[in-house]
Amino acid sequence: MSSFQEIIFKLKQYWAERGCIIQEPYDVEVGAGTMCPETFLRVLGTEPYRVAYVQPSRRPADGRYGDNPNRLFKHSQLQVILKPSPDDVIEQYLASLEAIGIDLRKHDIKFEEDNWESPTLGAWGIGWQVMLDGLEITQFTYFQQCGGIDLDLVPAELTYGLERLTAFLQVRDSVYDIEWTKGFSYGDVRYRDELQYSVYNFEMADIAMLWKLFELHEGEAARLLKLYDPKAADKQRFPLLPAYDQVLKCSNIFNTLDARGAISVTERVGVIQRVRKLAVGVAQAWADQRQPAVAEVAQ
Amino acid sequence: MSLASLPFLLEIGTEEIPDWMIPAALESLRLQFEKLEIAHDSVTLDATPRRLVLRAEGLPARQADSEERALGPAKSAPPKAVAGFARKHGVAPEALTVESTPKGDYYTFVRTVAGRATLDILAETLGGIILQIGFPKTMYWTGKGGPRFIRPIRWIVALLGDDVVPFELAGVRSGAVTSGHRRLGARAIAVTIADYAERLRENYVILKAEERRNKIHKELAGVRVKPDAALVETLVYLTEHPTPIVGSFDAEFLALPEEVLVTVMRHHQKYFSVEDEHGKLAPQFVAVMNIPSDPEGFVRSGNERVLRARFNDARFFWQTDQKKSLAARLPDLAHVTFQAKLGSYLEKTERVKALVSTLGGDAHAVRAAELAKCDLTTELVKEFTELQGVVGGLYARAQGEPEPVWQAIYDHYKPESMEDAIPRNRTGQIVALADKLDTLRGCFGVGLIPTGSRDPFALRRAAQGVVKILVEGKIDIDLAPLVDDGTDGAKALAEFLQDRIRYYFKEVRGFLYDEVNAATAAGWSNLVDLEARLIRIRDLRSSPDFEPLAASFKRIRNILDQQKFTGVNATAIDEKLLQDGPERDLYDEYRRIAGQPIESVVSQLRPKVDLFFDKVLVNAPEDDVRRNRLMLLGTLLLEFSNIADFSEIVTTS
Repeated sequence: MSSFQEIIFKLKQYWAERGCIIQEPYDVEVGAGTMCPETFLRVLGTEPYRVAYVQPSRRPADGRYGDNPNRLFKHSQLQVILKPSPDDVIEQYLASLEAIGIDLRKHDIKFEEDNWESPTLGAWGIGWQVMLDGLEITQFTYFQQCGGIDLDLVPAELTYGLERLTAFLQVRDSVYDIEWTKGFSYGDVRYRDELQYSVYNFEMADIAMLWKLFELHEGEAARLLKLYDPKAADKQRFPLLPAYDQVLKCSNIFNTLDARGAISVTERVGVIQRVRKLAVGVAQAWADQRQPAVAEVAQ
Repeated sequence: MSLASLPFLLEIGTEEIPDWMIPAALESLRLQFEKLEIAHDSVTLDATPRRLVLRAEGLPARQADSEERALGPAKSAPPKAVAGFARKHGVAPEALTVESTPKGDYYTFVRTVAGRATLDILAETLGGIILQIGFPKTMYWTGKGGPRFIRPIRWIVALLGDDVVPFELAGVRSGAVTSGHRRLGARAIAVTIADYAERLRENYVILKAEERRNKIHKELAGVRVKPDAALVETLVYLTEHPTPIVGSFDAEFLALPEEVLVTVMRHHQKYFSVEDEHGKLAPQFVAVMNIPSDPEGFVRSGNERVLRARFNDARFFWQTDQKKSLAARLPDLAHVTFQAKLGSYLEKTERVKALVSTLGGDAHAVRAAELAKCDLTTELVKEFTELQGVVGGLYARAQGEPEPVWQAIYDHYKPESMEDAIPRNRTGQIVALADKLDTLRGCFGVGLIPTGSRDPFALRRAAQGVVKILVEGKIDIDLAPLVDDGTDGAKALAEFLQDRIRYYFKEVRGFLYDEVNAATAAGWSNLVDLEARLIRIRDLRSSPDFEPLAASFKRIRNILDQQKFTGVNATAIDEKLLQDGPERDLYDEYRRIAGQPIESVVSQLRPKVDLFFDKVLVNAPEDDVRRNRLMLLGTLLLEFSNIADFSEIVTTS
């Protein structure tokens, strides 16, 4: 039986052998691996790219104080981006399941329609949820748009739910009972985070402080975007990645405020649009940044 | 000329197509193929999630030869002109024929054009045909500007007889190689038209939906599953090799409401639920897997574990939700958006409560309206949104609300389709009506009006629900004042409702369109009254005198319109101006029947009207006589106009 970390090692190894850069988790809080610049920004443009990384994904509203066997404030996604998507991408994906010990001749695998959309990121794609013996283990998406831009190369995004996959392989009813490594359960490692973050997100987070932070980060992202000049000869230097970090901060603070019950009806749609505007702004500037400045073209 | 008869096979190999789109895609493929106008005997369509297949028999190897003819100079023309004509077509003058036409004899050039090889036509057109297949949503995968299809195309089999129809689409070359079941079959399988289905079968693909369906039914024969034809279809098109397996769950979960258990099984897991011999839910389920067997029980135990986790969640929600009563949740609705421009569900609740009172709802109905949306704040509804209303009803029952109240909450989203029943009691009907009317008024009021296929707030369904509840609940109220709040939206809404009313009576109730037009012209907004009048019109139709009378009414309508005659008033008829004979007879008949139902007078009235039109000149030279006649006819038309505008009836005579 593979432990949680062995499953991660094997999947990383598998995708490394297929030409993926293995990245470490992004060091800013995100709600999903898709939001990391390694996905959100790298899928733009004409350069091929292949990357795999484990991303701890924070969803404040999904916290259950460590009580619910299947729900977590923070779960781990293995995010794989294959840009452009190879013709045999599904075969490669299925073989990755076999690499972690699932004999697919003895299990039932189905691809059920599930298109993905993130209004906050101006992104959407076509795809499936992959069901293994009735359990959703992966979201498989062919990206079509990101930041409101049609993608030049269509990437395949594979998002594995690592806790679920491990619980399946280890035949555990609760994620807290899965073996992280010999002698340590998932609960040993993570229970305290789940409890304490649930308490913070639902009960104790300072709403006024969070709003203030939201506005500060929003302001910084907006300030930078305003300064970006597509005609500048040295636009390659422009700090779009730091600007994007500010957007991610906004998104996470918004999610925390939401879990805290601090976002009213009238505010909600508006706040999502504010974050979207910034995300789309960064994506468009990023797509432009790789183009030569207008002045150079003219010469 | 010999026309060899060839079979044709086209298999579009794809990644998994959404099950519900497949049957329509096949029909679309057939249509595209038939547009080619290549002769063929029969077409067979088949599909699995990974292939759309069209097979046809009896295609000609070539299209028939055709003749092209060009008329040249007259036979009497000088040889130079004839030679010039021949040269133009690249032949010697002797190769021309002479044809007789009505204008004389002419030199004619006739060329036989060889029919094109069917293979060439197909090679040229198949790529385009495939991309023309209609899907609700498409994607691109080869890069920006690349072809669009429902999912990536990975292989194509295209055979005419023994030959590959060569073409390329999205970087895929057509060939004679298919692909088997994803895990049990070979990835590349050479096929001929004759062995295609058999080779697939050897590779764990059952090509025919019918056979997959039968396999599911047959293997379910020993299990008492709740019949669910729609779920069978989903599974038929979600698998290439379906095999049902029976799993079980802990009987203690049966303490949860059946609605919740069934929803988890049906909608979230695509399982059939199972009943015991008394029709009660049994602690079992049937999953359909995409492999032939589960000898080690992995699939069964995996599905059981997933279901257990789902049921545990549901039980957790069921228990936590009950810690706060529905009534206590009312203020929380301020945080749930109904629609950005229309505010929160709390505001909606206030409006619906007021409307329930306007509609004559009692205290139970007002209470139900107050609690109806409170389940939107429960965890169970957040998890299983399709159970909104039902969950509220179940909680209301558990919290001791009276039966009319909890049933009204439970039912207030009904009817959800034309086939669905209306709420079971009057309280529920009133609440459902108020809820739907409020949604319609609100959305139309802020300009959210459905256009074409765009109807994001399901307003058609809401309007259809209003119609169905009013008619089938026999709720005797006038819709017009409820709709008309004096805004621009109100007019659009009134028209929208009238459309749905016509649709309902025509498509659901089977009234003829002219009957519906005639009846609605006499008033559309009290549906109980409208239905009663429609039934009368339909019954009248069987009377042999009715249609001729209706034709006369149409004639009267036309005459009045032509003369721009208005101001009909029975007392304004001047008896002194009536001519003895058919005119006075008609007047006397009118006096005799006035106030009686049309059913009892139609047979006496008809001959009088006929005779009038036969003998009397309406358009009399004297002004006062003409006016008096128009007044008589107008009065007659008016007499029955509260039932219908009979001039709308389409007559065969």
